Amino acid sequence: MSVVFSYLLTYLIVFGVGGFVCSLGQTLIIKTKLTPARILVIFLILGIILEGLGVYKYIFEFAKSGISVPIVGFGASLARGSIQMAKSVGFIGAFAGGLIQTAYGVGVAVVASYLVTLIFSPRSK
Amino acid sequence: MNNIIAERNKRYNKYVDSVSPKSGTAKSLWNSFWVGGLTCMIGQAIFDLYGLAFPNLTEQMLGNITSMTIVTIAILFTGLGFYDVIGRKGGAGSFLPITGFANAMSSASMEFKTEGLIFGTSTKLFTVVGPVVVNGIVWSTVAGLIRLLFGGF
Repeated sequence: MSVVFSYLLTYLIVFGVGGFVCSLGQTLIIKTKLTPARILVIFLILGIILEGLGVYKYIFEFAKSGISVPIVGFGASLARGSIQMAKSVGFIGAFAGGLIQTAYGVGVAVVASYLVTLIFSPRSK
Repeated sequence: MNNIIAERNKRYNKYVDSVSPKSGTAKSLWNSFWVGGLTCMIGQAIFDLYGLAFPNLTEQMLGNITSMTIVTIAILFTGLGFYDVIGRKGGAGSFLPITGFANAMSSASMEFKTEGLIFGTSTKLFTVVGPVVVNGIVWSTVAGLIRLLFGGF
């Protein structure tokens, strides 16, 4: 019973935090003239700053996918990889770490986009 | 004369305002909230299922295959034309999660298919997500260098 309850609570938190982050982005769209691409970059850099300050892991412990699925999590992964590689390899590691950390997601995104383009044709609007 | 033109411009602006679609602030906020929240919940569910199926994997690797899975699903949805429906409804809830990143990449690559696979698809793949990738690499490297110089604080 308590296991079910803890799962339920986790999913509720994930929904709440994930929704909150996205509605913050929507607020920026409504209140300012920022384009989606700029908002993406703002949230990405927010993730990098949170990881750089070491705060992100506490937010992640609480919110799980609610913070890691939005682009904030992508920024945090990039920064985490770079920081870890900078510590283990040294100066040059900082340049490679971010890409290594996020290579799985970016790699599959490029390959899948290419395959989908080969298979499907865009719909006329 | 100027007065008449100003009057006409005012009337015209009023007309444009009345015709252009209202985004309905509260409604679009709620839509972005539940679309974004639901996307995150689906991500969490996939993560938990992988955790049950592969108990030997580290949390790091589980995170990797989870994001690979949702990215692939989002790109497949883009190809099938489903993601447009989500995007129209969800606003920031559809483009802020990592699925939106995947959608932006694949829709750009599909849109330029007619210009060929090399000069269309391959060059235009990063037109929308380019800023994210470039800024991500630059600022994460800066973060790594700062932490290297000043240690863990």
